[in-house]
Amino acid sequence: MIAELGLAALWLAAALALLQCVLAGLGLTQSRDDLLSGVRPVAVCQALLCALAFLCLILLFLRSDMSVLLVAMNSHSAKPWLYKFAGAWGNHEGSMLLWVTVMGVAGAGVALLERTLKRDTHMATLGAQALISLGFYAFLLFSSNPFERLAPPAADGQGLNPLLQDPGLAFHPPTLYFGYVGLSVAFSFAVGALVTRTVDAAFARAMRPWVLTAWVMLTIGIVAGSYWAYYELGWGGWWFWDPVENASLMPWLAATALLHSVTVLATRDALRAWTVMLAVIAFSMSMVGTFLVRSGILTSVHAFAVDPERGSFILALLAIYIGGALALFGARVGTVREGKQFEAMSRETWLVVNNLLLTVILGVVLIGTLYPLMTEAFGHKVSVGPPYFNRIAGPLALMLMLAMMAGPLTRWRRDKPGLVAERLIWPALAMAGIAAALGVASWGKIGLLPFLGLVVAGGVALGSIVPLGKRNLRRTPLFVWGMVIAHMGCAVSLAGMAADSAFTTEKLAAMKPGDNVEAAGWSVTFSSVAPVAGENWSAMQADMIAQRGGAEALLNPQNRFFSDPPTTTTESAILTRWDGQLYIVLGDALDDGRWQVRIWWKPFVTLIWLGGLMIAAGGVLTIIGRERRGWLLKLRKIHAGDWG
Amino acid sequence: MKHILFLFALFIAAPIYAQTALPPAPYADRQLDDPALEKKASDLMLTIRCLTCQSQSIADSNASMAGDLRSQIRERIAAGEEPEQIRAWLIERYGDWISYEPTDDPLLWPLWAMPLLLLLVGGLLVAARIKRKRKGT
Repeated sequence: MIAELGLAALWLAAALALLQCVLAGLGLTQSRDDLLSGVRPVAVCQALLCALAFLCLILLFLRSDMSVLLVAMNSHSAKPWLYKFAGAWGNHEGSMLLWVTVMGVAGAGVALLERTLKRDTHMATLGAQALISLGFYAFLLFSSNPFERLAPPAADGQGLNPLLQDPGLAFHPPTLYFGYVGLSVAFSFAVGALVTRTVDAAFARAMRPWVLTAWVMLTIGIVAGSYWAYYELGWGGWWFWDPVENASLMPWLAATALLHSVTVLATRDALRAWTVMLAVIAFSMSMVGTFLVRSGILTSVHAFAVDPERGSFILALLAIYIGGALALFGARVGTVREGKQFEAMSRETWLVVNNLLLTVILGVVLIGTLYPLMTEAFGHKVSVGPPYFNRIAGPLALMLMLAMMAGPLTRWRRDKPGLVAERLIWPALAMAGIAAALGVASWGKIGLLPFLGLVVAGGVALGSIVPLGKRNLRRTPLFVWGMVIAHMGCAVSLAGMAADSAFTTEKLAAMKPGDNVEAAGWSVTFSSVAPVAGENWSAMQADMIAQRGGAEALLNPQNRFFSDPPTTTTESAILTRWDGQLYIVLGDALDDGRWQVRIWWKPFVTLIWLGGLMIAAGGVLTIIGRERRGWLLKLRKIHAGDWG
Repeated sequence: MKHILFLFALFIAAPIYAQTALPPAPYADRQLDDPALEKKASDLMLTIRCLTCQSQSIADSNASMAGDLRSQIRERIAAGEEPEQIRAWLIERYGDWISYEPTDDPLLWPLWAMPLLLLLVGGLLVAARIKRKRKGT
């Protein structure tokens, strides 16, 4: 019954999305207010129905209803409730339903919260949003129905991949989806502004909170995914340039560029066409990412060719939306007035450099990810991996960091190069100092890229607080704090990445209880190993005692066995100290009673994710700062009797 | 008869025995004693793809095949082979796909040219705009 209710709600939501589109389209073309007045309520109802469908799916998973195909394929009655719950979106159909739900709810948000846009632009935006949703409803209903019944019901489910049974990963996909979908709102805003020919600073200000929110969500999603890979895969790596990772990185890069260009448009009324273009690119990257992950094309072009239905469907949606948006852009770009001009030495220029570098990095990641598919189509299988991406994206990212250091220290409109150089003196001295110290201490021991990374990180960390230098800190607006913290976060994260790749110590050992190993100032003793059992797994768990400078800590790495589906995973034990993490993995038992043990000391590796969280926190502060300003302005207007 | 049965049993058992007695990969998870050689080996491992996993190098994989390759690489390095020789040997055996390090195949040239091209075109666009604007003011 619940499944049927869910399916009915989904069909109704799809019908309302169609209605929303038609109302907005007809209303705008025929200038009929009665039609347009229906758009907002319809958007809200559509969101409610879609949310109802999603709740039904969650309920089915929580009740382990094995008469539903999706539940039987992806869940198991013995799973902890959290993973039953998260299992609802840990599969293709459920995740697509989550996608349309978030999209519907975001649409309702635009309908209810947006007050600054001109009415026509607002309506066109909602129409565009419904049009995108409609495509995804069609995809769900025609090729990925999550509520399909299974007759006769299965005795029990097939279980969820144990690697995914982790609290971090349970909430990683929804976070990313909020980000992707937030970019769909930016896309709809861009389409709305193009349709009504209102690409201007007001449009940028209306779009900015959505871009920022999407960007914060993507940042958190990527940071969480990276930390998950780090502790769950058990080899101490935190970024693999895996196509699935790249699929989340590409929208983030585009969103980062977009949030900077939208600021230029909002503040200086420049970069109009480019900002609209970026909004289109950013959502395109979300869709490309979804296509790559969902179509199965990543495993192989041939896997895609065997079951092309879903992939083709998403590819068609991609072509329709992106193609349509680009066609609209082409038709209307002539009517977008050229924005304000700017001087060579101005903050605008640095932000353009930011956009240029981010776009090039985006191009590198995109082409690097797709290249193996292209060559495979020509019958030649190659791999494009970390060596390529690090070598190309690394230097570009370092240049980007330098631009990030100079940008906030340069005035809008026009500045004197001499003055900018003067403000950069302390960061420059810091970089020279770090370079000299590192050069003396570890010349030849660390690679060029980690070396430059540490140097630049030091400079940017100092440079990011210089803008606060001559300000009264209590009167500094919140969004300036947001920028400072986010930029500082980039430096912190870069320092962590560089320190990890420059100074990590690895120790592989075969140990029996009682053995002791020394690594990077730590003394690790393997004291015992014993079986333990969890809700749906059993494991061998080791007691490892790590000592450094008199202090002792107990670590319990596990070698876990899950029965449904049968899989072995290693659960690493991580000891966090202020200056890094000790990372221990218990591998397989050897014939002679010894165990394979992998030990890493990773200096300052935690900075990677700490920096990532700082970036997200900076984004949140900026949203609050900007929006609060908007609220205050609105209040003042109301006071002045202007209810506009 | 007993003897024949016994021999028969041996005959059946032999392949099974052989399977478990395959030379275990001794250096799959054991480092070389010389840190310089170990660094050479592990740098190479980071650029060799694990063929049975998705997008992982053999240095970050639990797959047994990755373990075998790690062991072979360490042994060959210890025997004095150069990393690039080993890579060539692996590519010959498994195809270009196994190496993350792009080869000098002309098919891959666009991959290296593209970032430069993008940077150049983008840079020219930006530069041209700023210059033109300066003249205008």
